[in-house]
Amino acid sequence: MRVGVVTFPGTLDDVDAQRAVRYADGEAVPLWHGDRDLKGVDAVIVPGGFSYGDYLRCGAIARFAPVMQEVVEAANKGMPVLGICNGFQILAEAHLLPGALTRNHKLHFVCRDQWLKVENNSTAWTGRYDLNAEILVPLKSGEGGYQADQTTLDELEGEGRVVFRYVGDNPNGSRNNIAGITNARGNVVGLMPHPEHAIDALTGPTDDGLGMFLSLLDLVGAGSLQGVGIGTEVKA
Amino acid sequence: MIDTVKNAEATPEQEQPYAELGLKDDEYARIKEILKRRPTDAELAMYSVMWSEHCSYKSSKVHLKYFGDTTTDEMRSKMLAGIGENAGVVDIGDGWAVTFKLESHNHPSYVEPYQGAATGVGGIVRDILAMGARPLAVMDPLRFGRPDAEDTKRVLPGIVAGVGGYGNCLGLPNIGGEVVFDESYQGNPLVNALCVGAMRTEDLHLAHASGTGNKVILYGARTGLDGIGGVSVLASETFDDTAGKRKKLPSVQVGDPFTEKVLIECSLELFEKGIVAGIQDLGGAGLSCATSELASAGDGGMHVWLDRVPLRATGMTPAEILSSESQERMCAVVEPANVEAFMEVCAKWDVIATEIGEVTEGDRLVITYHDEVVVDVPPRTVAHEGPVYTRPIQRPADQDDLQANTPNSLPRPAKDDLLALIKTMAASPNLASKKWVTQQYDRYVRGGTVLAQPSDSGMIRIDEETGRGVALSTDCNGRYTKLDPYEGAKLALAEAYRNVAATGATPVAVTNCLNFGSPEDPAVMWQFKQAVKGLADGCAELGIPVTGGNVSFYNQTGTTPILPTPVVGVLGVIDDVRRRIPTGIGAEAGETLLLLGETHDEFGGSEWAHHVHNHLGGLPPKADLKREKLLGEILVAGSRDGMISAAHDLSEGGLAQALVETCLIGEVGARVFPEGDLFTALFSESAGRVLVAVPRTEEQRFVDMCTARRLPWRKVGVVDPESNALEVQGLGELPLDELREAWEGTLPALFD
Repeated sequence: MRVGVVTFPGTLDDVDAQRAVRYADGEAVPLWHGDRDLKGVDAVIVPGGFSYGDYLRCGAIARFAPVMQEVVEAANKGMPVLGICNGFQILAEAHLLPGALTRNHKLHFVCRDQWLKVENNSTAWTGRYDLNAEILVPLKSGEGGYQADQTTLDELEGEGRVVFRYVGDNPNGSRNNIAGITNARGNVVGLMPHPEHAIDALTGPTDDGLGMFLSLLDLVGAGSLQGVGIGTEVKA
Repeated sequence: MIDTVKNAEATPEQEQPYAELGLKDDEYARIKEILKRRPTDAELAMYSVMWSEHCSYKSSKVHLKYFGDTTTDEMRSKMLAGIGENAGVVDIGDGWAVTFKLESHNHPSYVEPYQGAATGVGGIVRDILAMGARPLAVMDPLRFGRPDAEDTKRVLPGIVAGVGGYGNCLGLPNIGGEVVFDESYQGNPLVNALCVGAMRTEDLHLAHASGTGNKVILYGARTGLDGIGGVSVLASETFDDTAGKRKKLPSVQVGDPFTEKVLIECSLELFEKGIVAGIQDLGGAGLSCATSELASAGDGGMHVWLDRVPLRATGMTPAEILSSESQERMCAVVEPANVEAFMEVCAKWDVIATEIGEVTEGDRLVITYHDEVVVDVPPRTVAHEGPVYTRPIQRPADQDDLQANTPNSLPRPAKDDLLALIKTMAASPNLASKKWVTQQYDRYVRGGTVLAQPSDSGMIRIDEETGRGVALSTDCNGRYTKLDPYEGAKLALAEAYRNVAATGATPVAVTNCLNFGSPEDPAVMWQFKQAVKGLADGCAELGIPVTGGNVSFYNQTGTTPILPTPVVGVLGVIDDVRRRIPTGIGAEAGETLLLLGETHDEFGGSEWAHHVHNHLGGLPPKADLKREKLLGEILVAGSRDGMISAAHDLSEGGLAQALVETCLIGEVGARVFPEGDLFTALFSESAGRVLVAVPRTEEQRFVDMCTARRLPWRKVGVVDPESNALEVQGLGELPLDELREAWEGTLPALFD
């Protein structure tokens, strides 16, 4: 499976996301922010970092990048898309996911190993996990507080679209302890913690994060990978 | 009016503000002698900043020579570049070269903590990039005044946020460092920054500008009025009447980590394409430094068209353009045939690149501004032939009294109070967990971090195939150095060396950042000379070279100098990071705890004397570098053969603190049975000691090896997974929850 990993100027965790794809036996395909081209990939990861410096609201500029127009179009047709940290912020700005990410409630950047509860294992990115499994992955962000209005929160909770929830004390003031969510279709997932930094206990706290990438690769065998290569078809 | 060379020749008697720019009468006279006329404003700006203590090392040079004198060919054999280059480079095997360096950004960080610290990180990262390497990780040894002082609440959070803000946005993991408190740093915190990078050995780039006709390209950020510092006196003289009052900008530079991240990726792509003939970063002294250093390192002259430099302010004078320390800029020398390709790469990254000059025949650095010559100098006189001082040296009059005031007369705790003292010490600001600081730093980015704080060393993987990596530690105990600068510097080296070995890596090279008071104080110069000698002699004994470093003078609060603080960084190599030794115990069931090395009654400069009695006197512990070397060899052998499951170096706070940390980091209890005088056994700071955990199955083999190689060892306890407490035989037990609260509670209580 070919998995695109987007690089904006200021993206930092693209090498990690590419490595995670390789560890899951996928093929990582670099995608450049300025290209209106998804290079025929089957899924896309929007990784962490500080796109264009994020001196404005995080992700506010990146959502307008040429490559994002393609990602949005493909996602709306069912392509699996994962946004990690800055990627989650960008997907929220691009309205692929509801809500917004705000400054941590204690105002400091927080880097720590964080327990998460997996509350939805039917998305494109979480099939490998048992429901309610607890996983330990790094969280590292200054603007990770998830905010949404009550109606949106009720909708997310009611439809089971909260994918990951923080366990223990809330690290950033996220409403309902929300760490990650999905869209109604289950193909787009965004989360603040970093599964790509937890693919090997040598360099991460655990290898619990690898499950997200393996979940994606599982879709190949299951034949449920809808919208494959849509980006390039549209272009042609 | 712009002060041109023609004008300078015509107005030889014009008064110039050289004293305000920090030049002495004889230094100014020497400039006139070199140029055979008075300098122009722009030349004066260049000379004054390049001949400053910070850039010219004029007070330290005569002493730093001793590093070279004591480095043997054998020690030099793995060095690909050494002192004098932007950073030292070491061959670590498998075709990899690693470059690393420590630098100070102390004074700006006191004035403006966030930007001072941020640009300190930015500067050292560009030094590493300028060697042709990809920067891979940073570390930050920090020192502050009293933890409870009002100003520390301004300085510490700002500096920590600046280190994190810049490093995190740049995408470099922060893998270690230090946080130390002492009153002497109250008005002069120390912000040292280390960066390590790697490249294939064939890709090493040195800052040369050879080849007549080659183009000089400035790329990165625009040049502005920030970080101009003292040179603003020139601006006010030339501009006040014509341009009216201008907005003053802070003399501390302002960092833009995003621009630096892009600059790194852009530069690495340029290196990869092989289209860079020479490269230099712009740091202190900005273009003055970059152009004069590039020109003097090459074999020709250089012509620079200053009006081509992209500016972010209007009406900047040539002197200001040359002196600006605007961040995130690099200067490259490129063959004419490669200029187009160079510009294409810069365009891809949206990096501004401008051809500002070219390498010329002859040996002059000529800088023009709108076709008028404003600088015409021999570049070596600016960059390398600055003044050299042999400052007066005098052992401080009170040094004998200081050493005579030993801690022996301090009341020692009763046996019943020892358990409580373990907790008190664990909660003392210098020994307490630094998590409040380090959790503001990204340690995971790039996925190569194998060990980071609170481990003894930071460790990163360099080669993903073979697992080859490096370990780094920085250390210094300023109290030891104050008591005996020679021994103190050796102890700093010994500790950094031991920390690296304790993770299973073989120490191979040394960098340093020598933070001292004023060189005009003979007592400070004595401390400096002694510390350099101690460090150099120590390196010779260990057989590892100093590959680079940095000197920071004039660190004082009022007229009181800081504790002499020669921070030592040691780099180690590990052939496979998978065999790294962690700090926390309890990874394997039934581990035995062994104490390697010998414990003596050594409390001079100790954390106990400092925290409990506010006492500083006597002599520091003895440094025995032969012993450190043996200890290092045992640790590496133990790691290779899988005999060690955890290790933690003993330093400030002694065995007690090492036990607290290994238990809390490993999240497991232990039962220990120290021998002899329990206070000494638990709190003495004798050097050359490491606490190791060995699986019971390996215990005999390991102690046999120690005995055969004559390394003293003693069984001091066992890991007890059931207990959730640290139990000291004969004293009682401390629940880990209680210990954790003490150890981790201090910094949040002070700074949240």
